[in-house]
Amino acid sequence: MRHGKYPFIIGFLAAPLILYVVFVISPYLQAFYIAMTDWRGITASPNFTGLDNFARLLEDEVFWAAVRHHIVLLVAMPLLTIAIALFFAYLLNLGGGSRGGRMNGVAGSGFYRVVFFFPQVLAVAIVGVLFQAIYRPDESGVINGVLARFGIEPVGWLTNPDIALWSIIAVMVWQAVGFYVVLFSAGMSAIPKDVFEAAALDGAGRFRMFFSITLPLLWDTLQVGWVYLGIAAFDGFALVQVLSVDRGGPDNATTVLPLEIWRNAFNFSKYGYASAMGVALFFMTITFAVLTLRVTRRERIEY
Amino acid sequence: MATPSSTATQATPAVAAAATDRRGRGGGPGVWGVLAHIALAVWAILIIFPVLWTFLASFKTNAEIFGDPLTLPSSFAFDAWVRAWDKAHIGQYMWNTVVVVALSTAGTMLLGSMAAYVLARYEFPGNRIIYLLFVSGLAFPVFLALVPLFFVVRNIGLLGTHAGVILVYIAYSLPFTVFFLTAFFKSLPTSVAEAAMLDGCSHTRTFFQIMLPMAKPGLVSITIFNILGQWNQYLLPIVLLPGNVEDKWLITQGIANISTNAGYEADWPGLFAGLSITVVPMVIVYIIFQRQIQSGLTSGAVK
Repeated sequence: MRHGKYPFIIGFLAAPLILYVVFVISPYLQAFYIAMTDWRGITASPNFTGLDNFARLLEDEVFWAAVRHHIVLLVAMPLLTIAIALFFAYLLNLGGGSRGGRMNGVAGSGFYRVVFFFPQVLAVAIVGVLFQAIYRPDESGVINGVLARFGIEPVGWLTNPDIALWSIIAVMVWQAVGFYVVLFSAGMSAIPKDVFEAAALDGAGRFRMFFSITLPLLWDTLQVGWVYLGIAAFDGFALVQVLSVDRGGPDNATTVLPLEIWRNAFNFSKYGYASAMGVALFFMTITFAVLTLRVTRRERIEY
Repeated sequence: MATPSSTATQATPAVAAAATDRRGRGGGPGVWGVLAHIALAVWAILIIFPVLWTFLASFKTNAEIFGDPLTLPSSFAFDAWVRAWDKAHIGQYMWNTVVVVALSTAGTMLLGSMAAYVLARYEFPGNRIIYLLFVSGLAFPVFLALVPLFFVVRNIGLLGTHAGVILVYIAYSLPFTVFFLTAFFKSLPTSVAEAAMLDGCSHTRTFFQIMLPMAKPGLVSITIFNILGQWNQYLLPIVLLPGNVEDKWLITQGIANISTNAGYEADWPGLFAGLSITVVPMVIVYIIFQRQIQSGLTSGAVK
């Protein structure tokens, strides 16, 4: 029975491992080297320039604009998504009040859950095209058309640099909420019903019940959600590329790092510089993930 | 709860019923219940309306689309759908995407489950390192690898081919697939496989005929996860299938492109028809498989 173990292991691991090393690991490692060269593609052979690209990054206004947008995204997007998703998950699972000593969701909660989750299966690029029509700056846009009925002037949702980023955040939230409703619902249904019953018996109201019981017992799930949304906040490529005016505009008001990486690499052929941005993005993502896990660590509540 | 005597404990259900009865009345059709339903209904409309509007816009004329957004089309003809399918090549892009995603998901599942099985069930030197190598892929943003990946694919001669996209999709789906399935294989009982081996079943046969069928629930979740993830990919297609191989494009880049072209050619109904052609099948598939899709996508977050 023993013989043939190693040929089997090698046979099973070889193909996935080779594929993974060639297309994933080697590009990641090369990226760190390319980031320290002035590589511009086919013609010039790359010169090693050390940290020059990173020094240039620090003086690049577009880079800082993108970083600022990631900070806004990082705060606003998870906060809005989690708040809305928690609210709906609470309504769908426990908001129907308690009948016969049991907490129930509101009527029709199955229907809402199906509808809310739906945007999650749509491709971000397709959502982007969809919202172009919705955000159109004149009265032919869906939102502005509705506003016009109430006599409100059309708003340049994507053309006004002050609100363009928020319009894009709104689309991200629109797409993400359903996923977290389902995620939090799973977490809530794992909380034993008698905890709520006991609290109801002790006279806890709805708000008390939510903040003192549901929220603390859901902490682990919330933490996972926060990390996921935070990592998503460092992306935003497809949506910004498809939806925003001039790909990241107006006037870089909505640009994000992934978009700048793509632009520098494939429009300007600044491969070294684009890779330096990639390295910067990598360290930001890692820092965020580690910090979040550290800061939000709490004693796990057993039940 | 500090209920000292047994009589108090016995009385609990009755008290609870009485207490919740009072509360429950307010929760059902009361003010709170109405507000809850309004909030849920508003969000549901926010999701259904844009999708429905896109569908209706595909039957409108340009004039109707740029007119009042809240009117129905004057006639329901499928002209624009035919235009989008043939002239804008949506049919071609859909077919390309079906082929690519079918092959890459199949490849991901085969290679991913093989690697995961060996890593979960066999002890050998380097096991831990290879596992960590796969899982570390989860921590890196794909944008970091973008530039070197482009050149790796080009140097192999697979740039602008579906084979290149399929291999890259498989490679980038492996970290999560291996991570998830390794945990899953570890959770399965070992006795069945051991019995099979004692009966002279080879390692390979044990895997395909015993372990894979046992792992079916995990495989289904992660297959759905991969199909949706790969179907919705936008970044990798636009990098790996550049403009000179337009006939090989995938659906997301095709839609983004007709969105850009709709502005020049003024064929807005065509754009919305193209969107509808991609969204309607998603709606149908989602309604049929919504339970599996929800659990498949959220399974990643519930570690």
